[in-house]
Amino acid sequence: MALYSEKVMDHFRHPRNVGSIENADGIGEVGNGKCGDIMKMYLKIDDDVVSDVKFETFGCGSAIASSSMATEMIKGKPLTEVLQLTNKAVAEALDGLPVHKLHCSVLAEEAIKAAVQDYYDKRNRD
Amino acid sequence: MVYADNAATTKMSKIAVSAMLPYIENFWGNPSSLYSFGQKAAEALVCAREKIAACICASPSEIYFTSGGSESDNQAIISAAKIGARKNKKHIISSSFEHHAVLHTLKKLEKDGFEIELLDVHVNGVINPQQVADSIREDTCLVTVMFANNEIGTVQPIAEIGGVCRARKIPFHTDAVQAAGHIPIDVQKQNIDMLSISAHKFHGPKGVGVLYARKNIPLTNLIEGGAQEKGKRGGTENVPAIIGMAAALEEACANMEENNRKILRLRNKIIGGLKKIPHSALNGDGEKRLPGNVSFCFEGIEGESLLLLLDDRGICASSGSACTSGSLDPSHVLLAIGRPHEIAHGSLRLSLDENNSEDDAEKILQVVPEVVDYLRSMSPLWKDKLIGKREFLLPE
Ligand SMILES: Cc1ncc(COP(=O)(O)O)c(C=O)c1O
Ligand SMILES: [Zn+2]
Repeated sequence: MALYSEKVMDHFRHPRNVGSIENADGIGEVGNGKCGDIMKMYLKIDDDVVSDVKFETFGCGSAIASSSMATEMIKGKPLTEVLQLTNKAVAEALDGLPVHKLHCSVLAEEAIKAAVQDYYDKRNRD
Repeated sequence: MVYADNAATTKMSKIAVSAMLPYIENFWGNPSSLYSFGQKAAEALVCAREKIAACICASPSEIYFTSGGSESDNQAIISAAKIGARKNKKHIISSSFEHHAVLHTLKKLEKDGFEIELLDVHVNGVINPQQVADSIREDTCLVTVMFANNEIGTVQPIAEIGGVCRARKIPFHTDAVQAAGHIPIDVQKQNIDMLSISAHKFHGPKGVGVLYARKNIPLTNLIEGGAQEKGKRGGTENVPAIIGMAAALEEACANMEENNRKILRLRNKIIGGLKKIPHSALNGDGEKRLPGNVSFCFEGIEGESLLLLLDDRGICASSGSACTSGSLDPSHVLLAIGRPHEIAHGSLRLSLDENNSEDDAEKILQVVPEVVDYLRSMSPLWKDKLIGKREFLLPE
């Protein structure tokens, strides 16, 4: 048995939406170098819909694959739906993650929520 | 495939395999049986014991067959602790970067009231014998320091540490799992009282090893049972594995110089090439290291993703990152030499043997920098360092 599912390996090898967005409407960064995973999400938001999303990740295979999958799951979705995203849903979409790797997928959920929060914070400031 | 993970395990040598086969197919008797068919296996064990003893300058009666390095480490430490406890000596000296087979055994003894002192291994991963001398007390019952570290490959001044222990009459054990068959071992000249060996690290079979224990050291059983191994380790001997181990060690010791000449050339080439990667660093002393060990940290990337991508490109390697170990902390070895957590996560260990070629080295030197570059290109940590938002921790 391989450590990771085919889906995880596919997203790890060919991560979707890697990179950054200039003048992003919301940016969320979670994790730290000490624990070995840092995830940064960039959102472009039009009419409360995620019109574009990019990510950068420092982390293991699970962390990279979860970020990639999570970006696919929220692209084109209204923020109300985006905020419903759970790490469980990300892990399931990846056909599961090894138990000791679940913590890496939590970061994807957290990074997205942090980016949405950043968007709201910015909007409230304007 | 480029196999560069010989510190994890090695390919069995043809000589070892052919030595084993007759004891699987033909002479499968129990060496404890009286009839000549069983005695055929018993004779082979005698011969294996002699060969192994000769390789480390021990006497055959001081060789105990075990299930591998972990068991040998456990038995050596538990035995010395038991003798110590009887005399109310419960202080043990070791190092902070031992294998878990040693560290976890010591942890267990700590719960039983032993005081464990782990010596600092410094940034270069080498202990100074003076540290041992300074730490020895009236109630010290054991010094256990590994011969060579399994992650960063640094070789310890074993003869000198042994000399310090001998002068103070303290039993000295060394985990020589990474050293045996790779660098010279002489338990006499190196003042070693107990030593652990594992066959699968020198082209022998897995699940078999040796505990060398000097004549005057009484061992404590971990496994009670029959009279095998002079009653110190119960259980019918794994005859084919023991035969294979002896053949492999004999072969490795006979070819050691020639193998190491080749391995050293490849290793130095790889180290030289990888050093050119900006913000990278060799782990452990550049000179006092195993001939086959290359251990690096690359800033801004994580080890597991590095390994997965190397695997995709046909390179088998290992890392001390947390995400390869299943724990949240990176390798205790890299932390012991003072690498910050973040840097320790981005480690790579390549361990070579004589089967590696110049082509393997070329491939490693082509692929590793590419993969490091790629992972850095998607690392927010790396990006922050480039724009000065975070500090670089390793020099350019
Ligand atoms: C230094 C060291 N000690 C002990 C062991 C354990 O050996 P074994 O796998 O034979 O139990 C290893 C193997 O990983 C090792 O590298
Ligand atoms: Zn991870």
